[in-house]
Amino acid sequence: MARIFAYIVHKAGVVDDSAAELAAAARKIDPASSPIAVVTGWGAELDAVCETLRASYNEVWKVANEALAYPNAELVRQALVKVLPSGGIVLVPHAHFGMDLSPGLSIKMNSAFVSDVLGILGVEGSSLKLVRQEFGGQVSAHVRCDASAGAVLNIRPGAFKPQEAAPVNGTIIDKSAEVGALSAKRRYLETVVAEAGDVDITKHAVLVSVGRGIQEKDNIAIAQELADMLGAAVSCSRPVVDAKWLPKSRQVGSSGQTVKPKIYMACGMSGSFQHLAGLKGNPFIVAINKNPKAPIFQVADVGIIADILEFLPELTSKIRETKQVSA
Amino acid sequence: MEDEKKTNFGSATVEILVCVRRVPDTSENEIQLNAAGNDIERDDLVYSVNEPDNYAVEEALQIAAKAGGNVTVVTVGSEDDEEVLRREMAMGANQGVLISDDAFIGSDGKGIATILKAFVQKGKYDLVLTGIQAEDGGAQVGGMLAALLDYPFASLVNSISVLDGKLKISREIEGGNREMSEIDMPCVLSIQTGINEPRYVGMRGIRQVASVEIPTYSASDLGVAPAAVGEAGANVKRVDYFVPALGKGAEMLQGDREEIIAKLIELMKAKGGMN
Repeated sequence: MARIFAYIVHKAGVVDDSAAELAAAARKIDPASSPIAVVTGWGAELDAVCETLRASYNEVWKVANEALAYPNAELVRQALVKVLPSGGIVLVPHAHFGMDLSPGLSIKMNSAFVSDVLGILGVEGSSLKLVRQEFGGQVSAHVRCDASAGAVLNIRPGAFKPQEAAPVNGTIIDKSAEVGALSAKRRYLETVVAEAGDVDITKHAVLVSVGRGIQEKDNIAIAQELADMLGAAVSCSRPVVDAKWLPKSRQVGSSGQTVKPKIYMACGMSGSFQHLAGLKGNPFIVAINKNPKAPIFQVADVGIIADILEFLPELTSKIRETKQVSA
Repeated sequence: MEDEKKTNFGSATVEILVCVRRVPDTSENEIQLNAAGNDIERDDLVYSVNEPDNYAVEEALQIAAKAGGNVTVVTVGSEDDEEVLRREMAMGANQGVLISDDAFIGSDGKGIATILKAFVQKGKYDLVLTGIQAEDGGAQVGGMLAALLDYPFASLVNSISVLDGKLKISREIEGGNREMSEIDMPCVLSIQTGINEPRYVGMRGIRQVASVEIPTYSASDLGVAPAAVGEAGANVKRVDYFVPALGKGAEMLQGDREEIIAKLIELMKAKGGMN
């Protein structure tokens, strides 16, 4: 069986949650495997990360280089190509960094690449049987990956549950000397932090969240009226921001805000994993969608099959009536 | 700012290639399994250009308008895919190119990237753009193509400004933050949705380009070895489609509209959502 490597994402000296998920994914490929954590970075932050990882990975490969202080995918790729043996299986979290790194890494390692893997069903010889989703999660696909020359697999965040395990006393192996000089045709300048919006959706207990099903900008008012009645805020999924119907600050998801409401009303949205990644604290999810097969119904607590453009105004007026009666 | 002047690639203008794809349109179709349970039901599917690709084409057109230049749209596919090339030409792309050969059928992401690499090397492009991801794809061809060409690459690009001989770009990272970088040309960028507002294309625009000739390139035109692409060259193969057994799923509220609303209000009260 090929050796399995887990590329560890970290920030400010803290290991990303994905590190434990990659270890779980590695055990799906080979239950007996002892995956190797590979960490790139620089300085005290990198040392802190390696020290943390040593408790959960038997072997930690440390790649220290000042040019890797910020994870520029082009430089990280150059370093990994020098350090990783050919034929290995490399696991990378499928988030913004993995999307930047992995396709090119697979080319340079001359290995196969599978994006956004959410299931690992088994291994036959050097062939991996994997699960992906297509068409926004409406259908899943079994994918066969010939890993005889190695593979890079981008692993969907949250798809593999970390296992409880006793801490280990892993070894840190310094691979920095193998890297040599690094030079990039893409140079990191700075990170621009998102502007605060008019409404802080992270502070609300109830969110009326709209997706593509709201259909046009003028219809946002329908959600706002319900939100006003509930003392809630209106949030949204990515297509609504792409269409400029609401500002970016209202977007829930991995590329938007992380919210922790008590009640989340998912209105006219499919419920992509990137969107759900922004939803924390186990809220009570009410999904309203006219498509009975919308994936959001798989994760919601309560589902209603309806056109939100009809349903939301009726709900608003009923709540208004209820309030007037009790007032 | 002095260095942000919109210019100037020596005497030349900026040559932009945008890679697009025709896919089943998920806003028009509910994607379902076929009766045999091994593929999606393809009868009566409405196809259109992969939506993220429109953002890439729009961005290319805006860059060309500012800096001067040409926009070529290319797809790897069959004659059926000409319609998406024409749609993007109706948006304003200067030319469309179809890459088509029986040897390409069954290509994986690396196969498509290998074919596109051969095409890119036949021309001289400063900038190659792709959409962030295809509906049935893996957000992979752009990064692979860049690595095959040894061009720099950036994914999830949500702004581009043209500097002298290079670009200043931002990538969308977590929490709505933006990672700013400078990138040399030639380069490959995979464009995030929302970067711009793709222009509307009417029937009239489509008619105007209906008879424009679309050159077609085959494997031998491009010098692509058939064994490296198509089914034969694919390390990654989709075996079948399926719909996973549902987890617990939502409790679906039943009854007429009034009953459903009454139940929902009760539930929301119980969960502390109404005061």
